[in-house]
Amino acid sequence: MQYQSQSVAKLYFIAAIGLFLGQILFGTVLGAQYIWGDFLFPAIPFNVARMVHTNLLIVWLLFGFMGAAYYLIPEESETELFSPILAILMFWVFLAAGAATILAYLLVPYATLAEITMNDLLPTMGREFLEQPTITKIGIVIVALSFLFNIGMTMLKGRKTVISMIMFLGLVGLAVFFLFSFVNPHNLIEDKFWWWWVVHLWVEGVWELIMGAMLAFVLIKTTGVDREIIEKWLYVIIAMSLITGLIGMGHHYYWIGTPEYWQWWGSIFSAMEPIPFFMMVLYTFNMVNQRRREHPNKVALLWAQGTAVMAFLGAGVWGFIHTLAPVNYYTHGTQVTAAHGHMAFYGAYVMITLAIISYAMPLLRGRVANSNQAQIVEMWSFWLMTIAMVFITLFLTAAGVLQVWLQRYTETPMGFMEVQDKLEIFYMMREIAGIVFLIGLGIYIYSFFVGGEEEASA
Amino acid sequence: MSEVFTKTMARNIFYGGTTFFFLLLLALTFDTISVLPERDHRENITPEVVLGKKVWEDNNCIGCHTLLGEGAYFAPELGNVYKRFGNSTDAIKGFIMSRPKDGIPGRRSMPQFNLSEEELTGIAEFLKWTSEVNTANWPPNIQG
Repeated sequence: MQYQSQSVAKLYFIAAIGLFLGQILFGTVLGAQYIWGDFLFPAIPFNVARMVHTNLLIVWLLFGFMGAAYYLIPEESETELFSPILAILMFWVFLAAGAATILAYLLVPYATLAEITMNDLLPTMGREFLEQPTITKIGIVIVALSFLFNIGMTMLKGRKTVISMIMFLGLVGLAVFFLFSFVNPHNLIEDKFWWWWVVHLWVEGVWELIMGAMLAFVLIKTTGVDREIIEKWLYVIIAMSLITGLIGMGHHYYWIGTPEYWQWWGSIFSAMEPIPFFMMVLYTFNMVNQRRREHPNKVALLWAQGTAVMAFLGAGVWGFIHTLAPVNYYTHGTQVTAAHGHMAFYGAYVMITLAIISYAMPLLRGRVANSNQAQIVEMWSFWLMTIAMVFITLFLTAAGVLQVWLQRYTETPMGFMEVQDKLEIFYMMREIAGIVFLIGLGIYIYSFFVGGEEEASA
Repeated sequence: MSEVFTKTMARNIFYGGTTFFFLLLLALTFDTISVLPERDHRENITPEVVLGKKVWEDNNCIGCHTLLGEGAYFAPELGNVYKRFGNSTDAIKGFIMSRPKDGIPGRRSMPQFNLSEEELTGIAEFLKWTSEVNTANWPPNIQG
């Protein structure tokens, strides 16, 4: 750690990991509800557990991105953070708002929550991933604006690098496109149309910029490869992300009342969305091969390579298998979608966040890298979580294919619930894989407490 | 990458490409918004349908169901439930009303939401309206 103010990142990373644990605990509840339909009913109905699972994911990734920005922006800008106090204040505001929202989901019926938060004044609730009360959404905007102000001012007074510019651009995009969450017309079709301007333009758009910047930063630091080379790659990769991903949004507009021409635009452009992810694999492994130093933090590099590979598989390959309109006609809204969602989020956004935490956290704790013992434990958690996620994805894909076969791609379609009963074996195996993931996460958390001979202090 | 391909060129591709394709997205968006009225039969969005969408949102129905294929995959698709239930809003209302408070042992069950008659009519009308949107012939069959 070169600048004292980078230490605010530590708070954000710790919160991120804590909320990650909550997310996975609720994931195993959901998995159980797929097998035993009445599990925890009516105390925690499926929709509540799902809201907690997905919202915790979003919130902890945002904590991770903000922590990453607070860590890398001062270092890139070669100056102290504009206002560490504002960063700490906003941390507590965001954590309190996030925790209150999650607790409210669990403790109050959703309709009551909508009522007491006066959703009718500006109705934004009850839409997938955007379930937060309007007041929470306003809080998110305030936190995002203070955050952007803080890192923007830091960049202004310091060195401007490609990495910090791309990171900032991605984060500005994140804040701007979130504003579409306040657009909720009475017309469901228009509602759905604009909803994707948040969801798609986040995860298949500006978040890829954030991911690219974080990966480039970790690679520069751990491989020692010339910045010029890494920045050139970064530009090309994110160029391909947006060139394919912006019009690739069409793959969400096939069947929701929008015009048929989206089937062409969406199929052609989203079929190219794997390209930037494939380039990311080539680039990461190339940089590692060309490395000019042996960084003692081996596990950070493992996460960096892991995120490139798993993002390509999850977002690239698993996205492609159901993105063409004639295929998507049958797979839309089945377990195939769930399979893709799980591996894509894990590969792209969970792993890049864990990569930067893995790189930065030892430095924030005053050492270049953790002890060998601690790194080995963390590597075990890497493999357990990653392999578990591969199996979750494979079982959900199998369930999805069978679901399509029995319910959609047939002359004699069976009813939804009847089909679900036939998928039970896959849901069982998915749940086992989910528990392995949880164990992996437990080991990951434990790795922070493994002592041993530390590497030279920073 | 070779020296012929410089970082400046890469940067220009990024900014140029992003600008071009974002403008293309805006153009397609403008066109979509202008032709949507022919597809979404918005003239039939009555106050009941508006109330129904509010009931839909206030009870987080999307947390279990899909609607036109979007949402959670735990419970049946509802974009065409009106048709699946024999073009009957009463069947939809009856189903929602009759959910047991404590669920069904060992099975997935929809919670009992204790909706008023007005809200029940709203949600049923909202689902009827949704089933009549032009969705390019999706879902493939009545089972959703």
